[in-house]
Formats: sequence, structure tokens, C-alpha cells
Amino acid sequence: MKLTGSEILLRSLLEEGVDTIFGMPGGTIMHTYDVLTDPAVAPKIRHILCRHEQGATHAAEGYYKASGKVGTVMVTSGPGACNTVTGLTDALLDSMAIVVFTGQVPTTAMGCDAFQEADVVGTTRTCTKHNFIALKTEDIPRIVKEAYHIARSGRPGPVLVDLPRNVIMGRAEYRGHPQELSIRGYKPTTQGHTGQIKRAVELLKSAHRPLIYGGGGIIHADAYEELRELVDMTQIPVALTLMGLGAFDTSHPRWLGMMGMHGTYWSNMAMIHCDLMIAIGSRFDDRVTGKLSDFGKQCKIIHIDIDPTSIRKTVHVDVPIVGDVRQVLGELNKEVRKVERNWAGDFAAWYGEIADWKAKHPLRYGPMHDTIKPQYAIDMVFEVSERMNPIVSTGVGQHQMWAAQRYRGRRPRRWLSSGGLGTMGFGFPSAMGAQAAFPGDLVICIDGDGSFQMTNQDLITCVENNLPVKVVIINNGYLGMVRQWQELFFNRRYSQVDLTIQPDFVKLAEAYGVVGLRAKRPDEVQPILEKAFATPGPVIVDIVTEREENCFPMIPPGGAIKEIIDYGDPIPEKLFQGLR
Amino acid sequence: MSDKIRKTPKEVGARHIITLLVENRAGVLARVAALIAAKGYNIDSLTVGETTDISSSRMTLVVRGDDSVVEQAVKQLNRLIDVIRVTDLTGEEFVERELVLVKVKAKSEAKAEILRIADIFRAKVVDVAPFSYMLELTGAEDKLSAFIELLRPYGIQDFARTGMTVMTRGSKTLGNQAEENLRGAETKKVVGRTEAS
Repeated sequence: MKLTGSEILLRSLLEEGVDTIFGMPGGTIMHTYDVLTDPAVAPKIRHILCRHEQGATHAAEGYYKASGKVGTVMVTSGPGACNTVTGLTDALLDSMAIVVFTGQVPTTAMGCDAFQEADVVGTTRTCTKHNFIALKTEDIPRIVKEAYHIARSGRPGPVLVDLPRNVIMGRAEYRGHPQELSIRGYKPTTQGHTGQIKRAVELLKSAHRPLIYGGGGIIHADAYEELRELVDMTQIPVALTLMGLGAFDTSHPRWLGMMGMHGTYWSNMAMIHCDLMIAIGSRFDDRVTGKLSDFGKQCKIIHIDIDPTSIRKTVHVDVPIVGDVRQVLGELNKEVRKVERNWAGDFAAWYGEIADWKAKHPLRYGPMHDTIKPQYAIDMVFEVSERMNPIVSTGVGQHQMWAAQRYRGRRPRRWLSSGGLGTMGFGFPSAMGAQAAFPGDLVICIDGDGSFQMTNQDLITCVENNLPVKVVIINNGYLGMVRQWQELFFNRRYSQVDLTIQPDFVKLAEAYGVVGLRAKRPDEVQPILEKAFATPGPVIVDIVTEREENCFPMIPPGGAIKEIIDYGDPIPEKLFQGLR
Repeated sequence: MSDKIRKTPKEVGARHIITLLVENRAGVLARVAALIAAKGYNIDSLTVGETTDISSSRMTLVVRGDDSVVEQAVKQLNRLIDVIRVTDLTGEEFVERELVLVKVKAKSEAKAEILRIADIFRAKVVDVAPFSYMLELTGAEDKLSAFIELLRPYGIQDFARTGMTVMTRGSKTLGNQAEENLRGAETKKVVGRTEAS
């Protein structure tokens, strides 16, 4: 049976189980959009028309992280494709499985500066896990199969498929979806090395101050049960990275909170005082390690990761284990079960030290009078929504760090945040994507006034597609994190961070036909959040907060973890980077 | 254990010869080159050619850089989907060959001397003009360099090197020796001189 490239593409997507596409049509991809209206396809694939392609990619990321299913994006050539670059890079750094289909000018026009032409495969070569260009119509089924396989397997990541117009309009024999898949250059190691696992157990046996440093890999591998089992057996304290939040129940007694630049004081202290660090699905990001020459000297390190390039990239590791985190933890747990040791008893002194740090340096903020403290507002978001098990997304900046510090989730895949790339504007569209995957769940985007203004055009997408995302804007009228750095390290010389001239977010909500609410006094926060979360449809809550609140603790940029600055600590002179 | 932290890229510049078996398709060379470029390293030489199986090509890449950074680059090259196998031959037994074409000024009084040098190096004269010779020489990098230094006083008019191509001695092939390289723990066997020290 001869079919057009577009028909073959959409059949292939259905075979891959795609039920949602985030995208926007345009000249070169129009033929595929035409087939999207076909009665054989239309009821099976929901297309969400995003108002900007960057938003579409973040929505696909949110869809993936919340559901574990690969997110799909479809855009046109040139500007459409170029607008996905930020989302692709974000997805690459945070290991998000998305597949982006881009239209392309006909192969005959490629390289001739045709209208809406861009060298998309060239542009995205270093911001995708892999990319393809379909040069023949008959190649489409194989490329789609490989694209989804590469995106979701191994260390997940973004894949782009470029589709020249003549290829999707051409006809070819469709022989069904390929069953077999053979990519000789791509065979991720999933089974951990048995000998290495045994060596890891030996280190566990003799550790007295162990610490688990978990990352997003635990979530991508669906390994939280295995992690929980390991902790229940060994009673080792757990700290997670920003990307790992949700991989461990925050109400568990061994939970320490997030570590890293704005992590809890006690989890960071545990990082530099442990005698054994068990890194699981984490990659020793500079926001976690601080100054490298001071990091990990005092301890042995076990590193479990599916990506061999993450191992020993910047930090020496004593026992590297390459493999799927879930597989490896499963095997490790089997070995640990055989060990006879009074784990909790042996770690009593260690717990004592951690408790001491926690008692002396809890998460805190100054007294609140007439203006709302942002930390309080975020605490309230979690308190009011906790029993509804919300999915929470964030933008990037101070609000993100406060939210991460105070996160109270108990289940994985309910926390969405941009870690590696730190993409402002990620929060709202990713929440929209998560809501598309779970229409009945409460999805909250804790955003900053700066971040929200970067991608808020998709508010209308939420209205159109009945995606009732609740946006809580922590509004301080500043690019808050940049302002904080300028205050601390540039002698309070504020340069281009003031966002006081801003839209009236309540009126903006109304303009989009959604409910807008505002809180200006501390006592208004809780009732307004309760009202917002109970209101059907999208809601924007504008919480006007203290303008110059700083986010602490903070490991100074370029500094070692031990130089962590807590709330109220003086800022060391040497951190000044500006002129006096 | 003594050196837990990698050195900065510019600190050390050991020469690494990396061979790759890659898919023979458009864009693969760009992927490989982009990856090395992203480390801030200049590629000294690069050769590419089809193998006996036309669906794959073989590349030989010569790059100078810190051992641990090159080890990381090798792992990242391995991660590229179009790369089938990668090996850093540093510390291995191998044969290296490169071809050079040199056009050298040959005034009448110098002609005999140039031919004698060519003879010593077993270079061939491949083109003759009234006042110049074109010479061809194959060999390892240092032999070619020595040859060129000797010719330099006569005046080199034009000059082209192919870049190095290599093959391991004995029964090892690019296929079987790279197997271990796919697993992280054993990667040090391939390039990890820093690990061993």
C-alpha cells in the first residue's frame, strides 16, 4: 500500500503510542497537519496548539517527566525549528525524553537560503541526544522507531527528526512499523557489573558516615522503590539534587532535603563530612559540588549511573557502576540484604551530627509583618495543596530555590524544574504539559514574575484545551536571583533587574478569560490559595512579596561547600566581584 | 587517588591517537569534530575513509590534550549514536603512516643534493618542472618531519600532508579491542593512564 510520508509518519507515531502532540503548523509541515485531520488519525492523537514553539518543547518535557511517556513536538521549518533549541538543550541537560519533528524545505532547495530554511540538523547537533533527517519517504518508519527508542532508552534525551517537504509529500510503500531495531552504535549498558556491586557492598559494610546523594536518574529509571528499600535496610540518610526531588519521600526520617548551592545547610554539611558518598543517578553538577578541588576528598565515592560519560567527568570515583539505576539498586539490595549489621545503631553518632547542624541552621527567614515573605507563601502553597498530591513546576530563580528547599512531595514525577540549563520560562509550559498527561490532577506552577513573563503566551493554550493549571506568581518585581547576586557580590549596584513596570497579572488573567487573584498581606495568602486550588480552570495568583528577600543558605559561586553562607551570616569580602 | 580532580585542558598536552569506526553517512564527521572542538582542543590531523564494509568508515584522529579530558572525550565519542567503536591507541603498539607531497625549489646546483635526500628517505619524485621537484614520501610522523626539515633550506613551494592513519600490531582489531571501552569501569584500560598512576 502506497502512502504519503505524512500518512506514514502519523501511523508510525500511533504505533509508538503517541497520543498527544504539542506543536504549531507552518509552511513546510502543513502537509502533515492536513493528515492530522484525517478521521483515521484525529480521534487518536490530541494536538495541543501552543503559541510558541519553545513552550511546546517545555510542555513535552513536562509531559514526559510527569508521565514517563516520551513527549512529542511538531513544528515547522526555520523559525519554528529554531524556537525549539532552548527546549532541546534544556531536555538534553535534564535527560528528558522528547522527540521533535521539524518541517524542512524540500531537499532540492536545501542549502539555497530558501524561505524559512535553517540548517536544523546542524544547529541542533550538539543540543540533542541524536538527530535525523529523513531523505527518503520509505525511511520514515525506521527513523521514527529509532528516534523514540533513542529518546527513552539509556540516559533519556531529546531527539530531533527533520522532515523535508518533498519527503513528507512523497509516496512510499508502507510495510508496517518495524518490529526489530538494530543500531550498532547504540547499546546502553543496563546491567551493573557484579564485581563492582560487590565492591560497593564492601564499602557500605565499613562505612560509618554514609550519605546517599541521589539525582534525577532515580526518577528516570523508576527506581524509587529500590531506593526506599535500600534506605529502609541500611538507614543511610538521603539528600537529593534539584532534579532528584520526589525520588524519596520527604516525610521519611532519613530525608535530609535538597543539597547544593541553595540546599539545606545540614545536607551540604553531610556532603563534606561523610566517609562514603553513594551517588545514584546524579552527575556531580557544579551547583552541587561547589569548588571541585575541595570536593569529595574526605570520602570514598560509589557512583551508579547509566551514562559512562557522567562517571569521573569532574570527580574521582572509587567504585563506578555503569548501569540502569533500577537494575543496579535491585542487585545491590540483594547483596545488602545478606549483610548482618546494626546499621542504624552504627550510624547513631552520624545522625546526631546531622541533627545538630539542622538544629543550629534550620531553614529560616526573618519576621514577617505587613508584607508577605516569599518563603511563607511557598510554604503555604505546599501546606494548602499537600493532601491533593499536586504536580508542582517552577520557573528559574529565587522562587525555584525556595520551592525546592521547602518541597514536601512524597511521590516521584510530581516535581518539574529546569536544573541543568536553568531555563527561565520553563515552569508554566511544563506544567501545561504535565496537566495534559494528567487532566484530573492538581498542577501548580510556582513561578517568578520574571520567569512567567517569558512564556505566559500559552495561557490561552490552557484555556483552549481545558488545562486548569494554577499559576502562583511569587512577585517581587525583580529578576530576584540576579538582584540577590548584585546585592551580595556587586555592592548593591542593581543593573537591569527591576521589573516593577509589569503587567497587572490579575487583569492579564481576566484578559485571557481566567480567574486572577491577588494577595498583598500575609493573612490573605492561605485563603486565596485555597480558593485558587478549588476554582475550576486555569487560575493566576499574584502574590506580592517582600522585594529584597534573599535566598539562603547559599554556597557562594566558585566557593567550596564549607564556605556556605546561612541566613544572617556576613558576606565574606572576597566574594565581591564588582567595582567599589 | 592522589589526583582526584582533573587538570584544566591547557595544562598538559600529550598526543593522543584515536581511531573510530563510524557509520558512513552525512554529518558524522561534523559530530565528531564538534565534540572535540567543544573541549577547546584543536585537531592535529584527521583522516577518514570507507572500510571493507561500505556502510562504515574509519577515522583516525590526532589530538593533544590532558589524559583525563581525552578519556572523557573518548567516552563522549562512544556515546554518539553514529560512532560504532572508539579506541585511544595511546600506550598501544601500532603502526602509523602518513603521506606527504612536497614541491621543492630545485635550482640546477641543488638538484643532485635533493635527489640524494629523497633517496635516503626512499621518497619518490612524482613530478618534475624546470626549477622544482614534487616529492612523495610515506612514513611515520617524525620521519616526515625530518625529511621536511632537510628540504626546507632549498625552499619549499608547496606542501600537503594527508594526516595520520594507524593500525594496531598483532591480531587485535578495532572491533575487538574496543569492547571494554563501552563499560565505564574498565575505560581506564584504554586511556586511563591517570588512573593507573
